[in-house]
Amino acid sequence: MRQTRSKNVGITLFILLLLTPIYWLLNMSFKTNQEILGGLTLWPQNFTLDNYAVIFTDPSWYSGYINSMIYVSINVVITLLVALPAAYAFSRYKFLGDKHLFFWLLSNRMAPPAVFLLPFFQLYSSIGLFDTHIAVALAHCLFNVPLAVWILEGFMSGVPREYDEMAYIDGYSFPKFFVKVFLPMIRSGIGVTAFFAFMFSWVELLLARTLTSVDAQPIGAIMTRTIGASGIDWGVLAAAGSLTIIPGLLVIWFVRNHVAKGFALGRV
Amino acid sequence: MQKVQNNKAWWLVLPVFLLVAFSALIPLMTVVNYSVQDIFGPGQAFYVGTEWFKEVLSNERLQDSLIRQFIFSGAVLLIQIPLGIGVALMMPKSGIKGSLCLILLAIPLLIPWNVVGTIWQIFARGDIGLFGWGINQLGIDYNYTGDTLDAWLTVLLMDVWHWTPLVALLCYSGLRAIPEAFYQAAEIDRASKWAVFRYIQLPRLKSVLIIAVLLRFMDSFMIYIEPFVLTGGGPGSSTTFLSQTLTTMAIGQFDLGRAAAFSLIYFLIVLLISWLFFTAITHADKEK
Repeated sequence: MRQTRSKNVGITLFILLLLTPIYWLLNMSFKTNQEILGGLTLWPQNFTLDNYAVIFTDPSWYSGYINSMIYVSINVVITLLVALPAAYAFSRYKFLGDKHLFFWLLSNRMAPPAVFLLPFFQLYSSIGLFDTHIAVALAHCLFNVPLAVWILEGFMSGVPREYDEMAYIDGYSFPKFFVKVFLPMIRSGIGVTAFFAFMFSWVELLLARTLTSVDAQPIGAIMTRTIGASGIDWGVLAAAGSLTIIPGLLVIWFVRNHVAKGFALGRV
Repeated sequence: MQKVQNNKAWWLVLPVFLLVAFSALIPLMTVVNYSVQDIFGPGQAFYVGTEWFKEVLSNERLQDSLIRQFIFSGAVLLIQIPLGIGVALMMPKSGIKGSLCLILLAIPLLIPWNVVGTIWQIFARGDIGLFGWGINQLGIDYNYTGDTLDAWLTVLLMDVWHWTPLVALLCYSGLRAIPEAFYQAAEIDRASKWAVFRYIQLPRLKSVLIIAVLLRFMDSFMIYIEPFVLTGGGPGSSTTFLSQTLTTMAIGQFDLGRAAAFSLIYFLIVLLISWLFFTAITHADKEK
């Protein structure tokens, strides 16, 4: 049992180290700027919620969170809607050019966003989608859809074909079978996929910032305004940063059991 | 699984195809178009052929940032993959403790990248950051805004902090997929811990590890926001990686032709290396 104990010590230590920078951010968000710049204090001496008050009372601040949530949600929905049938096709059928198509899809996950920055800007401007949530959601599909197809295909390959055939014999039409029988069987896969899609869309800023100006501006872009003429407003910056962690926490809470079950990813 | 030949499956793939074609092919064509022209303004463009490509390939600033990029990505993989495996092996197998570890580990992954930069920008400062202050207290002269090596190490440390959890999570779910019977058999054979790892766990982790390596390679090769917020690419250009050089060129200097040629070369490098990984995967599949 000594082994288990040393393992526990190891993992606890690692997680503590992982959380220290985050603690420091939280710590700072509850301090006044005088205290932050005055010297190093391990916890807030004059506990204050003023930094958070600044964000919650100013629509131009909190709308950033709402904007980010909107385009991330749209992105997750679009990603799942298009990736589910495609992953089914890849897992069940051979068809003309399937392998090339799969690699081509994946290659888009490899494209550095910096490469597409300018063309995206021009493309979405020319079709009048600039500064809308849908533009960012569509742009993020570039890297989320390939990943989603990849993950889902792995889960679907784990479901034996016999289920499909049995459902046909029982008189299920394809759409009915897909929604009523098949999707519930790969619940975990959908959960894991949604988690990854959420994650990569929520954390991305380069494209989101380029494709928006006011109406759909993500919180990450708004945060830069804490840097003013009088220097950086550390307290508000820390508070804004701390708040961006919460949506992620909620999502991982919902999918924790799916991830813990173990998944063998993709066609590898 | 035995797959059936059926070209009607294209109908199921069509939405994905159209969506990705819209958001990938059109922009890519735009980039290709730019890369062979010299653009002075709207309607004033001249065909220059492969001129930009030649120039980009011999541009020293780009070569430097390419070398920096390779060293960085290499260091990232060398540290994060073994560390991630180690962490996954240490995690509790199940129960509330397992879930708790999972959630806490995932936190860095779910923080927007600019906030990651901000966190470390604060955390590593000598005056108001715990980390920078602590290092200085130890008597080591550390200043990430002034010293080249310190800046580079800080960016690396930040990336390790940020992404090791992803490797750990992938490995963790790979480990959970190993049937208990394998371990029991090993116990009967009195296999050592190392033997269990080498001959049971590692082979079974192979597929997950390939994904982890692939994802970490691709993403570390495209890193932009985090070092940009943390160091701004400095001091000098010690932490200016490829994406930042490219963005400066395209947006900052509006040097479209050169930036486009650079983009394509950049994309091809990532594609080539990833393709090598991908063939490794399919080969591994055939062996099974």
